[in-house]
Amino acid sequence: MHLTVKLFATYREGRFEIADLEHPDGSTVGSLLDALAIPRAELGFVLVQGRHVELDTPLAANTTVSIFPKVGGG
Amino acid sequence: MENILRINLSAEGGPKTSLEPIGKYAGLGGRGLTSCIVADEVDPLCAPLGAANKLVFAPGLLSATPATTSSRLSVGCKSPLTGGIKESNAGGQPATVLAKLNYAAIILEGRTPGTDLWKIIIGADGVSFEKCNELRGLGNYDTVAKLVEQHGEENAFMTIGQAGEMKLGAASIACTDRELRPTRHLGRGGVGAVMGSKNIKAFVLKEKDARYAKAKDPVKFKAASLAFAEGLKRHAVTGQGLPAYGTNVLTNVLNEAGAYPTNNFHTGQFAGASKISGETLAALETERGGEATHGCQKGCVIQCSGIFHDKDGKYLTKQPEYETVWAHGGNCGIDDLDAIALLDRMDDDFGLDTIETGVTIGVAMEAGLIKFGDAQGAIRLVKEIGAGTPLGKILGSGAGVTGKVFGVERVPVVKNQALPAYDPRGVQGIGVTYATTTQGADHTAGYAIATNILKVGGFVDPLGTAGQVELSRNLQIATAAVDSTGLCLFIAFPILDQPDTFQSLLDLLNSFYGLNLTGDDVTALGKKVLKAERDFNTRAGFGPAQDRLPEFFQKEKLAPHNVTFNVTNEDLDTVFNF
Ligand code: SF4
Repeated sequence: MHLTVKLFATYREGRFEIADLEHPDGSTVGSLLDALAIPRAELGFVLVQGRHVELDTPLAANTTVSIFPKVGGG
Repeated sequence: MENILRINLSAEGGPKTSLEPIGKYAGLGGRGLTSCIVADEVDPLCAPLGAANKLVFAPGLLSATPATTSSRLSVGCKSPLTGGIKESNAGGQPATVLAKLNYAAIILEGRTPGTDLWKIIIGADGVSFEKCNELRGLGNYDTVAKLVEQHGEENAFMTIGQAGEMKLGAASIACTDRELRPTRHLGRGGVGAVMGSKNIKAFVLKEKDARYAKAKDPVKFKAASLAFAEGLKRHAVTGQGLPAYGTNVLTNVLNEAGAYPTNNFHTGQFAGASKISGETLAALETERGGEATHGCQKGCVIQCSGIFHDKDGKYLTKQPEYETVWAHGGNCGIDDLDAIALLDRMDDDFGLDTIETGVTIGVAMEAGLIKFGDAQGAIRLVKEIGAGTPLGKILGSGAGVTGKVFGVERVPVVKNQALPAYDPRGVQGIGVTYATTTQGADHTAGYAIATNILKVGGFVDPLGTAGQVELSRNLQIATAAVDSTGLCLFIAFPILDQPDTFQSLLDLLNSFYGLNLTGDDVTALGKKVLKAERDFNTRAGFGPAQDRLPEFFQKEKLAPHNVTFNVTNEDLDTVFNF
């Protein structure tokens, strides 16, 4: 399936800011992280279409996935 | 920190000082101390710009120590902006110097007769007062430069700019940083106007011969200091994200989550967000020879700040905070970092709260004074504030006044204080904090973004109403306690996630003061502070009607998630049930 993937902060180092990717149908958020070599343990949070999802949430085709390391401010 | 310095400006023959033991306020610092003193001593019905109001400065409990990030300074008074109690806090160097001089608090009361401007000089060799009419009308940068000429570099300074002298509702008090730049502001609630109303232009705080007190148990204190600093470095937020990108890393976060208030809270996403994001800002700072990682006070291991150079590679301002980049940026449809940095510099120089000022410009745009996205127009309007033109004085009085003057319906304020950089429809937990905090709309009072958006301290769905009241209540209590320690609020990220780092914080307090505080005592302290503040506001005439968001948040849906603010009034009224 087709996904638009956006990476932020330290996740951009050695990767990309935004990319259109093909990813196997029926796979989960966790599998996308694995494909991007982002260790699950250090994940901040993932948004799909601006909504928080979990690692085991199935991905839907033609969505935007935004992946953040642990960040904060205020 | 055993003494309270009281300065009576109304005394006959000139200002008089007296020294009092901390007495019944022992165990309080920072916000806890300013709020309890204001609640005890200030008539809640007094005129905020009159002689009866008092301005109370207090370093935090740990400001008296070399512990990392412990140099936050609180200031309290009755706010001329909200009409309620105010605590505003800032980093920089002043808290350390006051604490080293053994002052738990400075209470400024009365008002000097006449129109002379004064500076107050405080050092190990005593307190003195000098007229300083030569500083009249100067911005904070020129004021500090003159004070450095007169008093040297071994000082910290607190000053007001033109906005404070004009007693405007958005006026701040500037605190100098490590490089003696007036970049850290006691920003919110018009505290600079209260200082101006007392005819005080500046404090000179002399570091010479000022010494840290000894910890009751120096060995334990040293161990706790190391463990605490290690905990901050270990957590990804304080160890990596904040140093590398600063608070502005949040621009992309809130924009992706659809909760980034754009064009005066019209929508939740801004097309120009990536151009002003923390990632872009850090790269630009490095490219121009500024710094992407910089501490606002000595000994901070987080170093969330930075140095912004202009196109010619010359210092312009410190790294603008997320709130500033939002207020002057996305909130006004402006996607030009150079314009935003210049506005940050002007705010610091005139002595203006960047949130109140940016939101006010957004309201002026809503009114049609200038168009959304007009960066040069925004710069022109802020210049008017500094120049004190009639339009400038209206704008400098804040978003509420500006909305009234220009007949605007959509004015994002609570208790007349401008909303910060998170739309309460997209992050319902922060809406509960905005509505109910004693301070007027203030994100720091109970930072629900941590749990609603960043998944720190658990996760509560930002678009739902479930759990939001409890979340905001617990954060408001914890924050009131942290604001009393003098520690930078960003330590909340590691202490929410790492129990051992929270224990190190307790160990710091216990080993320094010879106490046996537990987590429960910290909660009790937070509750005590909130109750004192809430009681003041009740006596000032506040009730449930003031604990509400503006109507449009319940009526207008926010794109892209098409949500309104849905926490009920009945639920809002239970936040302080503890
Ligand atoms: S984390 Fe940032 S705001 Fe806090 S003390 Fe350090 S530099 Fe200052």
